[in-house]
Amino acid sequence: MTAAAVAPAPARIAYVKRHSALVRVTHWINVVCLTFLLMSGLQIFNAHPALYLGNGADFDHPVLSLDATQDADGNVTGGTATLFGHSIPTTGVLGASKDDNGDLTARGFPSWLTAPSYQDLATGRRWHFFFAWIFAINGFVYLANLFFRRHLTRDLLPTAAEIRAIPKVALEHARLHFPKGEEAKRYNVLQQLTYLVMALVVLPGIVLAGLTMSPGMDARFPFLVALFHGRQTARTIHFVFATLIVLFVLVHVLMVILSGLWNNLRSMVTGRYAIEVDADAR
Amino acid sequence: MPADNSISRRSLFGFGLFGVGAAATALGIFGRDAVSGSASGVGLLDSAENATRTVQRLLLDRTALAPEFSEAEVAPTFRANGSTDPTDADYVALRDGGFKDWRLEVAGLVDKPLSLSLDDLKAMPQRTQITRHDCVEGWSCVGKWTGVPLSHVLDLAGVKPGARYCVFRCLDTLEQTADGNGKYYESVDFVDARHPQTILAHGLNGGPLPVANGAPLRLRVERQLGYKQAKYIKRIEVAADFAGVEGGKGGFWEDRGYEWYAGI
Repeated sequence: MTAAAVAPAPARIAYVKRHSALVRVTHWINVVCLTFLLMSGLQIFNAHPALYLGNGADFDHPVLSLDATQDADGNVTGGTATLFGHSIPTTGVLGASKDDNGDLTARGFPSWLTAPSYQDLATGRRWHFFFAWIFAINGFVYLANLFFRRHLTRDLLPTAAEIRAIPKVALEHARLHFPKGEEAKRYNVLQQLTYLVMALVVLPGIVLAGLTMSPGMDARFPFLVALFHGRQTARTIHFVFATLIVLFVLVHVLMVILSGLWNNLRSMVTGRYAIEVDADAR
Repeated sequence: MPADNSISRRSLFGFGLFGVGAAATALGIFGRDAVSGSASGVGLLDSAENATRTVQRLLLDRTALAPEFSEAEVAPTFRANGSTDPTDADYVALRDGGFKDWRLEVAGLVDKPLSLSLDDLKAMPQRTQITRHDCVEGWSCVGKWTGVPLSHVLDLAGVKPGARYCVFRCLDTLEQTADGNGKYYESVDFVDARHPQTILAHGLNGGPLPVANGAPLRLRVERQLGYKQAKYIKRIEVAADFAGVEGGKGGFWEDRGYEWYAGI
């Protein structure tokens, strides 16, 4: 860092072990799984691009729908996204987008976002369930490690002092001042809370909401239907949680870049993380 | 410090593995259509279907019931999907005659083949259930179904040893194909055929089953998705396997890439 050059006492670089092998491996398996789960999930969504609440669908009042508008001859003229009855034009991206021939066609999400790119629900389901199995097993391994090998209490649960420091840390984060030295060894409180919500609520929740859409699982575990207030609500929550994961990934990747891309990437690949130790702070 | 900066063998291994994984993922994303269209790609992805069926069959008690709902949750109009007004000549003739001449044939590996009229079926023990129909597309609809438990009909016919599946042949053509075999059909094994909620339904929401929903008779297999619920049934074939039926995958949509076990 250039800051070291102007500092009176040059900072010393020390390496710490940031992530355990299990966390690193499960992290990257998650990246692969979530990528294909998202793309195949959007393919499945496209088979009926609308979301509802309850058990049966109220087809006239979707929470969200992506629709195509047509002219008198049935040609697709545009796309709209409607959220709680409010529509906005989204031609080219949502509701209607171009197919391989360059023709505007009715399609919830565009082909570049779906797996496979062309409309094929059966194959989309194949991709989805294949990666869903890997994702669920991977998540189970991660959570077992979290609870049984003290990853939770040691690294992720904030202390009382850390909770009190939330406003200060939030301000520092907003100014893009990232912790250095000893502080950098530990996740800061915003990271802790975000990772906790992802690991304990959003990721397990999206699996449970997905299972609630299964008529077989609902016969075995009827409480799932009650927990999510109906299959259609579960489907909507599945979609909302997927959206939260996308937002998380965007912020996560941005933060990784801003707080030192190479150092962060290396720590998640090899475990080694460099921190600056103040030379006269020993 | 010098030692810290050198790239260790372990780091190289880590980055090597990372690089291979990243390359494979990128190939998967950009080659997703090629994978989807190749036999080996589909075979790999299909391993998940086997896992799903095996685990659900392990988890699901043979008699575990699908959730049932209150009258208040019944949809005013039950959404119709697939064939909704078959134009097959034999179906049109039966429909125009009020299904007086319609018969349900029960054949195959049975002691006593049956030919049952709608009145015969209505005179048998009945079951009414308010259940949720889950379409593979993602929507659901709640309806009140009345019909004869399939197990009752199977007992009347007497299932022979070696029988593993019930194949449902339907009157409707869902896809016009050159060889004329776009007729709908479906199959279930005896875990589902003998399930207490598996009924041959002739009534919906207190009235007769509408044409759009499969009149005169449709299947309800409540622990599986909508495409298993064959409509316009004319014949039940009790069989050891379904390899020789139509496309050989056990159902109209199964022949077009969907899973035979539709529990998820």
